[in-house]
Amino acid sequence: MAAWHLISSPSKDYWGGMQIFLPIAEVSVNAFLLLGLGGMVGILSGMFGVGGGFLMTPLLFFIGIPPAVAVATEANQIVASSFSGVLAHFRRKTVDLKMGFVLLIGGLIGAALGVMLFNYLKSQGQVDLLVKLCYVVFLGVIGSLMFIESLNALRKTAKGGSLPTRRKHGLIHKLPFKMRFRVSGLYISVIPPLLVGLSVGVLAAIMGVGGGFIMVPAMIYLLGMPTKVVIGTSLFQIIFVTGFTTMLHATTNYTVDVVLAVLLLIGGVIGAQIGTRIGVKLKAEQLRILLAFMVLLVCGKLAFDLLMTPAEMFSVGAVEGH
Amino acid sequence: MRWLVALLFMTLPAFSETVVLGLSQNKIAITTSFDGSEILVFGAVKRETTIPDGPPLEVIVTVAGPSEPVSVRRKDRRFGIWVNTDAVEVDRAPSFYAVAASGALNEVLNEVEDLRYKISIPHAIRSVGAPMSIIDAASFTEALIRIRSKENLYQLMENHIAVDDQTLFRGRIELPAALTEGDYETRIFLTRNGKVISSYETSIDVRKVGLERWLFSLSREQPFLYGLMSLAIAIAAGWAASAAFSLLRN
Repeated sequence: MAAWHLISSPSKDYWGGMQIFLPIAEVSVNAFLLLGLGGMVGILSGMFGVGGGFLMTPLLFFIGIPPAVAVATEANQIVASSFSGVLAHFRRKTVDLKMGFVLLIGGLIGAALGVMLFNYLKSQGQVDLLVKLCYVVFLGVIGSLMFIESLNALRKTAKGGSLPTRRKHGLIHKLPFKMRFRVSGLYISVIPPLLVGLSVGVLAAIMGVGGGFIMVPAMIYLLGMPTKVVIGTSLFQIIFVTGFTTMLHATTNYTVDVVLAVLLLIGGVIGAQIGTRIGVKLKAEQLRILLAFMVLLVCGKLAFDLLMTPAEMFSVGAVEGH
Repeated sequence: MRWLVALLFMTLPAFSETVVLGLSQNKIAITTSFDGSEILVFGAVKRETTIPDGPPLEVIVTVAGPSEPVSVRRKDRRFGIWVNTDAVEVDRAPSFYAVAASGALNEVLNEVEDLRYKISIPHAIRSVGAPMSIIDAASFTEALIRIRSKENLYQLMENHIAVDDQTLFRGRIELPAALTEGDYETRIFLTRNGKVISSYETSIDVRKVGLERWLFSLSREQPFLYGLMSLAIAIAAGWAASAAFSLLRN
C-alpha cells in the first residue's frame, strides 16, 4: 500500500565510458582529457628537456583539481618522468653523482621546509595565493632571462660568432668547505650547491614542480658546471626531492591521487618521446625562445588572475583540524 | 515552552495522514566510472479517513550529505593583488543539500515550521560566532550557498514533486559527480496549509567501492604505504618507458 522507492540510476551515460572518478581528488574528470594533457605537456618536456611540472600544475588547477591535490600528485608524476630521463643520462655517464648528493641534501631540507610552509599557509587560507605568487615571480624572472639570452644568442649566431662560454669567478670561490667534483671538473665550496638544492626543494614542495627550470640555469651560471652534466645531475636530484615531497604530502595531507598520477604518466611518457623527436629538428636557440614564450604566457595568465577583480569574492575551504 | 511540547504530543498523532517508507535501493556506489547519480522518488500517502477539505496536500523531500564545518573566506585587494582576508567559520554545512517541493517552498511551508525542521537551504546551514571584526557575517553564508549552488551541491527545486489526487507523488533528485562519502539523510514531509503534518526519515548510503574504496582507505589508514606505492608505480612507469624507448630506438 505504501510504496516508496528510491532508485539510483547512473546519469549522463553518454560520457560514462570516458569519465573517471578520482579517489583522492573526489572529482570526476574525463580520462582522455587527462591523457591529452599529459601528452601535451610530455611533448613540451621532451622538446625542451624540462620536467613540465610548471605547466601541468596550473593546467590541473584550470580543470578543477583542488590545488593541494594538483601539487602533491604532480610531484609524484615528476618522479616517473625524471626517472625515465635519468636512466638515459646514466647510460651516457652524464650524471655528477657527488654534486647530485650535495644538491640532494639541500633539496631534502628545502622540501621539508616547503611542506611545513605549505601546511601552515593552508591553515591560514593563503596557500593558493602563495602557489600563484611563486609561479608569477619565478616564471616571470626565468622567462624574461631566457628570452633575452636567446635573442642575444640568435643575433650572435646570425652574425656568425660563437657562443661565449662563461665561468663566474668571485664570491663563490672565496667560500669555505671546498670539495672536488671530478665529473664536473670543479673545486668549489659546498655552500652554493647546498643553497641551490635548498631553494629548489622549497619550490618543489610549494609549486609541485621538479624545479629543473631554476636549477639548470643556477648550475650553469652560478656553479659553473659544464652543460653536458647539468640535465642528468638535476634529474638525479629531482627524483629524490620530488619523491620525498610525495611522501610528505601523502602522509601529512593525504593529497596524492595515484589514479590521476597514472593517467598523467601514460600521456606524459608517450608525449615525451614525440617531443624529443620534434626537438632534434629545431635549433637550440629557437627552442629556448619558444620555451621562454610559454613560460611568460603561463606567468602572464596567472598574474592577470591575481590582479583582476575576481567574479566571486568568496571561497569555501575546509576548517583545519577537523 | 511546556505547553508547546504538550501541544505537539497531543496534536501530532491526531493527523490521519502519514508517510510510510520502504526503500528498494538505498545505496549509491562510487565506482571509478561514477559520474553523478539520479534518485527517483516514488511515494504514497497512507490515510484512514477520506481526504480532508481545505488546502491540498503538499510534499517536500530533502536529501542532505554529511555535515562538516567549513570556512568561508573573502578576498580583498592588498598591494594591488587579491588576497583572502576575512574568514567566517560555518559550524555545520552539509556537503550536499537538495530540497524538492511540490510547490513554491514559501507557500507549502511556513517560516515557523521551516525553522523547526530546518528544511530550506539557509536553515540547513548552522552558523554561529563570526569574528567581531566582521559586520556583514550574513554575506558569508549567502556566499557559501551561492558557491555550492553553482556547483549543483545545493539545490532548491520548487514545483519539482508531482502529486496525483493528493495520494501518489514522485520526484527526482540529481546527485553531482563530486560526492562526499557518508550517510545521506533523506527526509519526506507532508504539509497542509504550510504546516508539517507528517514526516519520514531514512538514509541513503553513499560509499566508494572497489578500487576507489581500496585506494581511499589505504591513503588514510596507511599513508606511508600508500606514498611508497605511488612512488613504486612512478618508478616502474619511468623505467618501463625508458626500456621501451631504448628498444624502439635499436
